[in-house]
Amino acid sequence: MVQVSIIGGLLIGLASLLLMLSLGRIAGISGIAYRALFSMRSETWTLCFLLGLVAGPVMMLGFTAVQVPDFTLGWLETLLGGLLVGIGTRLGSGCTSGHGVCGIGRGSMRSVIATLVFMVTGMLTVGLIGVVS
Amino acid sequence: MSWVAAFTAGVIFSMGLVISGMTDPANIRGFLDILGNWRPHLALVMGAALAVTFPFFQWVLPRLKRPLAGGDFHLPLTKLIDKPLIIGALLFGAGWGLSGLCPGPAIAGIAYLEPKVLGFIVTMIIGFKVADFVRPVMGR
Repeated sequence: MVQVSIIGGLLIGLASLLLMLSLGRIAGISGIAYRALFSMRSETWTLCFLLGLVAGPVMMLGFTAVQVPDFTLGWLETLLGGLLVGIGTRLGSGCTSGHGVCGIGRGSMRSVIATLVFMVTGMLTVGLIGVVS
Repeated sequence: MSWVAAFTAGVIFSMGLVISGMTDPANIRGFLDILGNWRPHLALVMGAALAVTFPFFQWVLPRLKRPLAGGDFHLPLTKLIDKPLIIGALLFGAGWGLSGLCPGPAIAGIAYLEPKVLGFIVTMIIGFKVADFVRPVMGR
């Protein structure tokens, strides 16, 4: 678990570096998804990035022993979660990647605070679900 | 060149997500469950990613004039710690804990053709638009 976490994290960092080095763009997934859908100017790179994001796991499923995870969580949690993630990342200008990996890497105080807030809120939410269920 | 670079970055990014277990909501729930059956190893994912991005942003990027594909570097300029940032992060954290998904793993998870992931993406997109309506009346 430790090795795969570190290798996976290094790849995520490397991809973020590559996007900034080549295109000068922050690898913030929520922002890129929003721009791909709603940006007035056509920004083809956002579509290319998102296509790559889906192609990575497709290749891994095809050529490696990687398996599809079990999605055991309920529909209500999943759909309500999606709505809150959408509102929250748009209002807060970023998610785990944009704030957590790129923003903190840039030394942005906004991103440090946002990351602390969403980590703690996530932990409280999961704790609360544990108490209720 | 820029399209290939963007696609390649996306592929590497999502391979990192899959390898580290970030695309499995049960792992995310486990990482956030500090008072229960805590599985802290996902902290290493962000740690390892930062071990790459931090030195790059701090020491390499300031010495570069332009991105390799031309154009300019696009970096957020605002430094304001305002209400949208905090409330947004609060809502995002709650949704992340509820669903065990954040935007990257959800979009990468399209590859799994799992109906719940696709449903998550639909409500997330609705959420983007809800935020666009809420934002102007919110103030600082």
